[in-house]
Amino acid sequence: MRKILATLIAIASLGYSSAFAGTLVINTDLTDSAPKAAFDWAFTKFQEENPDVTIEVNNFDHEGYKQAIRNFLTTNPPDVFNWYAGNRMLPFVRAGLVEDVSDIWSDTGWVDGNLTEGMSHAKKPMTIGGKQWGIPYTYYQWGVYYRKDLFTANGISVPTTWDEFVAACATLKAAGITPITIGSKYLWTTAGVFDYLNLRTNGYEFHMALTKGEIPYTDPRVHAVFDKWDELVKPGYFLENHAALAWQEAIAPMVNGEAAMYVMGNFSVAVMKEGGLRDSNLGFFQFPEITPGIPMAEEAPTDTMHIASGAKNKIDAKRFLIFLSRADVQEEMNKTLGQLPVNSGSKVNPDPFLEAGLDMLNNAYAMAQFYDRDAPAEMASEGMKGFQEYMVNPDRRNKILERLEKVRQRVYK
Amino acid sequence: MQWDGLSPAIYVGFSNYIELLDDEYFYISLANNLKWLIFFMLAVPIGLGLAIFLNQTIFGIRLIKSLFFFPFVISQVVIGIIFAWFYNPRGVIGPFLETIGLGNYAILADENFATYGIIFAGIYPQIAYCMILYLTGLNNLNMDQIEAGRMDGAKGLSLFKNIILPQLKPATFLAIVVTVIGSLRSFDMVAIMTQGGPWGSTNVLAYYMFETALSEYGYRMGYGSAIAAVLFTIMMFYILFFIYRMYQSEKKGL
Repeated sequence: MRKILATLIAIASLGYSSAFAGTLVINTDLTDSAPKAAFDWAFTKFQEENPDVTIEVNNFDHEGYKQAIRNFLTTNPPDVFNWYAGNRMLPFVRAGLVEDVSDIWSDTGWVDGNLTEGMSHAKKPMTIGGKQWGIPYTYYQWGVYYRKDLFTANGISVPTTWDEFVAACATLKAAGITPITIGSKYLWTTAGVFDYLNLRTNGYEFHMALTKGEIPYTDPRVHAVFDKWDELVKPGYFLENHAALAWQEAIAPMVNGEAAMYVMGNFSVAVMKEGGLRDSNLGFFQFPEITPGIPMAEEAPTDTMHIASGAKNKIDAKRFLIFLSRADVQEEMNKTLGQLPVNSGSKVNPDPFLEAGLDMLNNAYAMAQFYDRDAPAEMASEGMKGFQEYMVNPDRRNKILERLEKVRQRVYK
Repeated sequence: MQWDGLSPAIYVGFSNYIELLDDEYFYISLANNLKWLIFFMLAVPIGLGLAIFLNQTIFGIRLIKSLFFFPFVISQVVIGIIFAWFYNPRGVIGPFLETIGLGNYAILADENFATYGIIFAGIYPQIAYCMILYLTGLNNLNMDQIEAGRMDGAKGLSLFKNIILPQLKPATFLAIVVTVIGSLRSFDMVAIMTQGGPWGSTNVLAYYMFETALSEYGYRMGYGSAIAAVLFTIMMFYILFFIYRMYQSEKKGL
């Protein structure tokens, strides 16, 4: 009965609003239950506040979306669509398919919240060529997730320096525990390790320069990253056979107590808890310092909303983006998403991992998106293949880096 | 052409082909295609063996035949997923090797043998297919010739080689043709089981083409087309040979 009523109301409101104002077409790939619930809430709330706008949502399957976005942006652009920050949006921005939204960032009569204030730290990843191309609504931290009980049993305290980290690995290995688990079948997990080693060895600026293609992969500083990586790979501190495992499958050894750490994003906590780990035995720590004095930058992949340049209803689209960047909206949405709100005015759920992440990111020197979002897709795919090959055959490092250099010269010409 | 599907296409002459010559993934893919071709051919003799083994009249043979035919009924995708589970270090084979003390081994993570692991999965339904082709062939054997051969003292292997096999020639021909085609379109198994990994070592031309031209990380339409052109040329040789053979045999028949 309630369903019928809701449908009736929906139909009624459809008739009502289309008579007055525009429809807002939104394309998303948020089909998983948590993102879907968060956005359903946001859509309803937006319509409550703006009864003159009708929202029309086209939901795509997550994998299919990556293909579909190329089609719908060129042929049948929606008003608003979701995508990712950094270089991932670059091809679309360059092809003129994304609307410049600098005006809602720069307080020119648009802002009814305080977008510039609460979101200024996230402006950089949204900027290409001095302009902003969308707004971020959620992100999450990366770091090291570990088994507290295994650390205590082996007398290890949370490492804050590289030497402590390597020593911890050695202790665990000697105790017959795989120090670091990883599943590299789908490649990107290796990039998380590489990024952190790089951010800690050479710093954020170097990471950005490398992913922008300004530095050859044969550079001694890149070799320095692999020197550090050698210290983990050569003694066998990573899970064996990782190339055959997906990232979720690599969580199993950690749940069973056969492995102690995982360099991962916060989304893995849900899977780890499903596997039976609890706040009492699962912990999180920041990736330890390698080169002393280099400011600690973190990986924080950001999900974003954009307006298509071919949008029919740009006014309402901008209203929606502003709505989505408000502190109260982000707070509510991220409670459902289980991630971190970008707006610094929002609060997070009382969850030890989110609180630790928020604390870490608020004090971060800068935020990298992730190797495959900062580097162009082609470079990223070759790079991650190379990282995976290196992690199994560390002695092929030179050959791999030369190959990556060849790719770099082609991709960035 | 250099085209990413968004920006205007640029004409780049033969540079895609020149790049292809210097691309180690291309050679890996080509070599893997060759491995597929050679090892996939095993499906033909194995299928023949099974067909002869099953071509008996004992109670319940129909049920057994249908069980052997089963792999061909299952979708390739399902077979790929199931074999990937078998090969998984936490699946069936790895833990088994571990319990008998050989250490855990994941074939799909081993760049030297991953391709064979996939071929093995691919050959599984192919054997069933060849078996069916031969079973129908065996049903149509001319009994008079076999009787005549027996009278002349042929038995066992010589009977099989000189009398049965020549009669199965149409079935053999068909089995080889479908097997070659099957090995050339080995895309699905690769896509499901490894996505070309580890680090591109199980790529075949069809999958490499897809990866460069259409996957999330690619969109190099021109380069993908160049790979497609090479794959097409290889297939063309085979198809020409096939047509020539058909033409010849038809001429003989007339």
